[in-house]
Amino acid sequence: MASQKALAALTQRFGKLETSEFRGQTRVVVPRDKLLDVVRMLRDELAFDLLVDITCVDYLNYRNAQHRFGLVYLFAVTETNERLTLRVFLDEPQLSVDSLVPLYEGANWLEREVFDMFGIRFEGHPDLRRILLPEEFTAFPLRKDYPLQGRGERHNFPVLTRDEG
Amino acid sequence: MAVEIPENVVVSRLDALANWSRKNSLWPMPFATACCGIELMATGASRHDLARFGAEVFRFSPRQCDLMIVAGRVVMKMLPVLQRIWQQMLEPKWCISMGACASSGGVFDTYCVVQGIDRFIPVDMYIPGCPPRPEQLIQAIIDLQDKIEREGTISGKEFQQQSRQQRSRALLELPIVEVPSGATTQ
Repeated sequence: MASQKALAALTQRFGKLETSEFRGQTRVVVPRDKLLDVVRMLRDELAFDLLVDITCVDYLNYRNAQHRFGLVYLFAVTETNERLTLRVFLDEPQLSVDSLVPLYEGANWLEREVFDMFGIRFEGHPDLRRILLPEEFTAFPLRKDYPLQGRGERHNFPVLTRDEG
Repeated sequence: MAVEIPENVVVSRLDALANWSRKNSLWPMPFATACCGIELMATGASRHDLARFGAEVFRFSPRQCDLMIVAGRVVMKMLPVLQRIWQQMLEPKWCISMGACASSGGVFDTYCVVQGIDRFIPVDMYIPGCPPRPEQLIQAIIDLQDKIEREGTISGKEFQQQSRQQRSRALLELPIVEVPSGATTQ
């Protein structure tokens, strides 16, 4: 659970940020262009030294959703076990956000995974390639408008018969 | 024109002799990608003792094997590897598709899981189960031994038959339902 001190410091620096709390977990919504500043403050001044995870949610066809994609950044202070969730919402033409690799080395593969599955570009990432899927894959399979069974990629292979073997 | 044969000499066909030796020294190539691989290991271990059927020599080099046991789901990134290993194995060779996932994709009907390896490589035996018990794998190996004994020839001419070249299953993709993209909310 994030301390009130951290929340107050964030609000003082960046003005009113939308926050909410659920079962002791604090969530702060950050505007897309302020992400790098907020994270730099978290790391340098509020001692959030661990980036736990980066993931993403596609809110297509989601009830009462305001935005298409919602990035989720999980941070922790390893000394006090304090935790904080940042949310960054993105919409269709502007599917890019600043990379956190300059601040946290561990963001490298996490951001590549989000790019692989959702097609969100991380500006300033040193090596933004697919990490799990084959490189020739073109779609972003965890988007809700991608069919569950794919578009035939799984069966796009040559067939070996007995005498070819 | 009777030929004198001593009592300790057995007359046989060369094909039958080759089949007999092939079926009793199957060297499996374990292509274990999921939980079926655990049952495969149990089959080779002392309790179930695959050595009773002459198939206990698991080799991790495909060039030394003649029986590929595909144990587990195969995803689209793994399939080229599977095909390459299959091609590296020397004739005569056989393939067992072990478990629901290798045979049909199992419950993983998603964009990346191949819906049955028999779409892309020839398969001789299918084992149902999720995962199958070691007894089932042993039964499949016994059945495969019967098959080898029945139809093998030393020249391998049975592999050139037209019926053996046909795929055992048609490549029928499940219908794809396109979700229209566009509006983010209703």
